Amino acid sequence: MNNLAEMPLDSLLTTHPCVADFFGSLGLATANVPHPLATWLEQLPDEAFFDAGMEREQILTHIKRLIDEIQAMGEADNGQVGSLILIGGRDKSGVAENIQLNLRAGEIVCIVGPTGSGKSRLLGDIECLAQGDTPSGRRVLIDGRPPDDERRYTLDRKLVAQLSQNMNFVVDLSVREFIDMHARCRMVADPEAMTGQVIACANDLTGEKFTAEVSVTQLSGGQTRALMIADAALLSASPIVLIDEIENAGVDRKRALELLVTGEKIVLISTHDPLLALRGDRRIVIRNGGIAEIIVTSDLERRNLERIERLDATIMDIRDRLRRGLRIEEDILWTA
Amino acid sequence: MRLITVAGSPSVGKTSVILRASEILRQEGLKVGIAKFDSLSTSDDKLYAQKSFPVAVGLAGALCPDHYFVSNVEDCMAWGQRQELDILISESAGLCNRCSPHIGGVMAVCVVDALAGVHTPKKIGPMLRLADLVVITKGDIVSQVEREVFAYQTRLANPGARALFCNGITGQGAADLARAIHQAPETDVLEGARLRFPMPAAVCPYCVGETAIGETHQRGNVKKMRFNDRSEAA
Repeated sequence: MNNLAEMPLDSLLTTHPCVADFFGSLGLATANVPHPLATWLEQLPDEAFFDAGMEREQILTHIKRLIDEIQAMGEADNGQVGSLILIGGRDKSGVAENIQLNLRAGEIVCIVGPTGSGKSRLLGDIECLAQGDTPSGRRVLIDGRPPDDERRYTLDRKLVAQLSQNMNFVVDLSVREFIDMHARCRMVADPEAMTGQVIACANDLTGEKFTAEVSVTQLSGGQTRALMIADAALLSASPIVLIDEIENAGVDRKRALELLVTGEKIVLISTHDPLLALRGDRRIVIRNGGIAEIIVTSDLERRNLERIERLDATIMDIRDRLRRGLRIEEDILWTA
Repeated sequence: MRLITVAGSPSVGKTSVILRASEILRQEGLKVGIAKFDSLSTSDDKLYAQKSFPVAVGLAGALCPDHYFVSNVEDCMAWGQRQELDILISESAGLCNRCSPHIGGVMAVCVVDALAGVHTPKKIGPMLRLADLVVITKGDIVSQVEREVFAYQTRLANPGARALFCNGITGQGAADLARAIHQAPETDVLEGARLRFPMPAAVCPYCVGETAIGETHQRGNVKKMRFNDRSEAA
């Protein structure tokens, strides 16, 4: 790296496309420059640096850091997380939670409680891998240990991905371009194949199929949700996924959960949807900002879940037929 | 006293983020004050005052806000020392993506808004590229894909800098920011310190009130556009 300044700019740009992007963002023309980087920088007029917003030295340092960073990203090991342990803190009145919750990869736990009871606070604690330094005083251990600072604070390799309820797409890209952009920044080996896989998987989850060419901003709520769940399961860097409610909007929630679990993710869902809440092995009950109870799903509840699933299937079928422009006139059999 | 320069485009959520972090720092027993810089008017001082944080307001009016900032930052320091602050946070709006109030040796924070789109980080100049810490706001209202790509682009725009997500509404992430501020270097005097990069230039007749349009009025530091249908004399 010491001889970076001596490298001919042309070959530097070929070996490190990120440097070409960087010069592009500075508005510096770099086409066909066979001179070494340092010579080229030396020849540029001072005005060019002023317009670019960086000095020569700063540009050299930046390029060096940029190349290091890209290399670090490529080598970064996201690793799997085998377990997450949540050590209780206190509720809003300061009462100790006296609880330790152990979660394993491939496990789904739901969080239930009235609005304002503190479900988001719990998700927030896990999201930031709290170490007794949030108002709740909770602590999170990853694979039995407190996460080191680097794991805690990396930004784009976060351990925790959060699918929030009210998300929007800001970029105006087709679904294919959008997922491809994500795959490339995740540096997966074959971004095109991965993109195809995510889109196929998302279509599997939603009743309303969409093509890869449709713009993400035109997707319905259900399609958006399906796409984000498929992406979180297959492409997201994070081994822990937090979901703030999966609405009923045309997403096959059962398959969505199966998909997330097969990815060996640890999944926490804040929800009151019976299909989700009863599917998990356990559910966390939140009251007054604290974990009031952890309910293990009983056999009776599992039996009821099967009934609810049949009811849900009936409604999904009606929904599908409505979408196709059919009449709903038969005597509906509530087989539950 | 620790001085922290916080900069970011208008409406990205600087004030909310600063308030959230300041409340945490206050709980830790630190006295935090804010110097708020703006162009025409501001009501953010009321938000700070409401939470009982000492606040000083500087309105740049017709001047370039960044030039105004750097001419007044020492006086702000003196104010902060008179208030016996542990931490003085300067808040200024980067209006042209080119501004950079950041000073060598003083912790520099840039606030960017995830809603601005994934291409924004590379469009922002020294304000982001030369910051020590980048705070990304409104991450909760974009998809996690855009959040990851935005973080990646931020990392490329300022490799090696720390970056974090902070939600100004819920305060999620503010504890990380507070911790970083807590670890910032102390600043006792600014005299002799240097800006990390020159501020946007402003020496042409229009800077000092010229309103007439026409070549004869364009003297001093004037730059002309180039058009690709005209052969360049360069």
